[in-house]
Amino acid sequence: MKFAIQVNEGPYTHEASDTAYLFTRAALEKGHEIFRVFFYHDGVNNGTNLTTPPQDDRNITNRWSELAAKHNLDLVVCVAAAQRRGIVDEGEMKRNGKSAQNIADGFRISGLGQLIEAGIQADRLVVFGD
Amino acid sequence: MLHIINKSPFERNSLESCLRTATKGSTLLFIEDGVYAALEGSAKAETLRQAMQDYTVCVLEPDLAARGIAAKAMDGIKRVDYAGFVDLVAESERVQSWL
Amino acid sequence: MSEEMMEEGGTIKKFLYVNRKAPYGTVYALESLEVVLIGAAFEQDVSLVFMDDGVFQITKGQDTAGVEMKNFSPTYRALEMYDVEKLFVEKESLDARGLTEDDLLVPVEVMTSEQIRDLMEDQDVILSF
Repeated sequence: MKFAIQVNEGPYTHEASDTAYLFTRAALEKGHEIFRVFFYHDGVNNGTNLTTPPQDDRNITNRWSELAAKHNLDLVVCVAAAQRRGIVDEGEMKRNGKSAQNIADGFRISGLGQLIEAGIQADRLVVFGD
Repeated sequence: MLHIINKSPFERNSLESCLRTATKGSTLLFIEDGVYAALEGSAKAETLRQAMQDYTVCVLEPDLAARGIAAKAMDGIKRVDYAGFVDLVAESERVQSWL
Repeated sequence: MSEEMMEEGGTIKKFLYVNRKAPYGTVYALESLEVVLIGAAFEQDVSLVFMDDGVFQITKGQDTAGVEMKNFSPTYRALEMYDVEKLFVEKESLDARGLTEDDLLVPVEVMTSEQIRDLMEDQDVILSF
């Protein structure tokens, strides 16, 4: 089965990203396909490479990056939500005159259409939020 | 339909709103803080017991355990792990998250 | 996916946007509306349901000058230009808040919880914010 995942909240403040990650990992272990993981609202904050969480706890951004690399996942950060919250890739940096980029490995910034497309193409869309 | 409830019934009205609009025979899955709905002896226990008449009620076990209430969950609630969560989504034609 | 229909060029699914949160206190109302607007280009079968505090998203008379936020409520009136016309409001939620259809700034169909239940069961994709 093809799953689409929507993550509405950022790392640590809410459990949404954790649950989404553990669900995604379990789905992959069962042989399902993950069509896309779409990060919206504060969920875009999962895609910054500037976090340094305590070493004795899970690193939420890194484990998304690692899962993406291992399984060739499409992790998409919504451009509108990213612009509001300061998640920037090279293109956004140049376009908007920002001093830096901070998009984490395995994540890409794209439009809300990617969420709708995921809803159309996947068999199931599961939302994780507050 | 699979209804996923992630907030405590003491914090949010998600469970209440879900129960107003869930078709009989649906499955309710409590995750994250939603698992507190499964607490035996709480003010919401009767609501959940009634719900079990009309719905299949499940709870995400790791979230129960994290909160130290695994031993206090009501009987008759099916405990699932993340693999079971995936199965529930796959088996339901549609899924709705009550945030 | 019993509701899925194939049309030339692509699939059409029934998308339901569930709005249960009040505007301004959190961003969900605004950002979910943005999904609806962008999503309109995909020509899916779109419905919006407003229940619980979500009914406050479409009440008249929103004046955000003092809080210095953008008043995005006029955008709900623009939805019909995007062919998004199926707006449903739960009667129980209106009643609980002492509101009537007259308090709303956009034409809606008021439905009971039972009718909302049937609407939800008819959908393919349900988005929550």
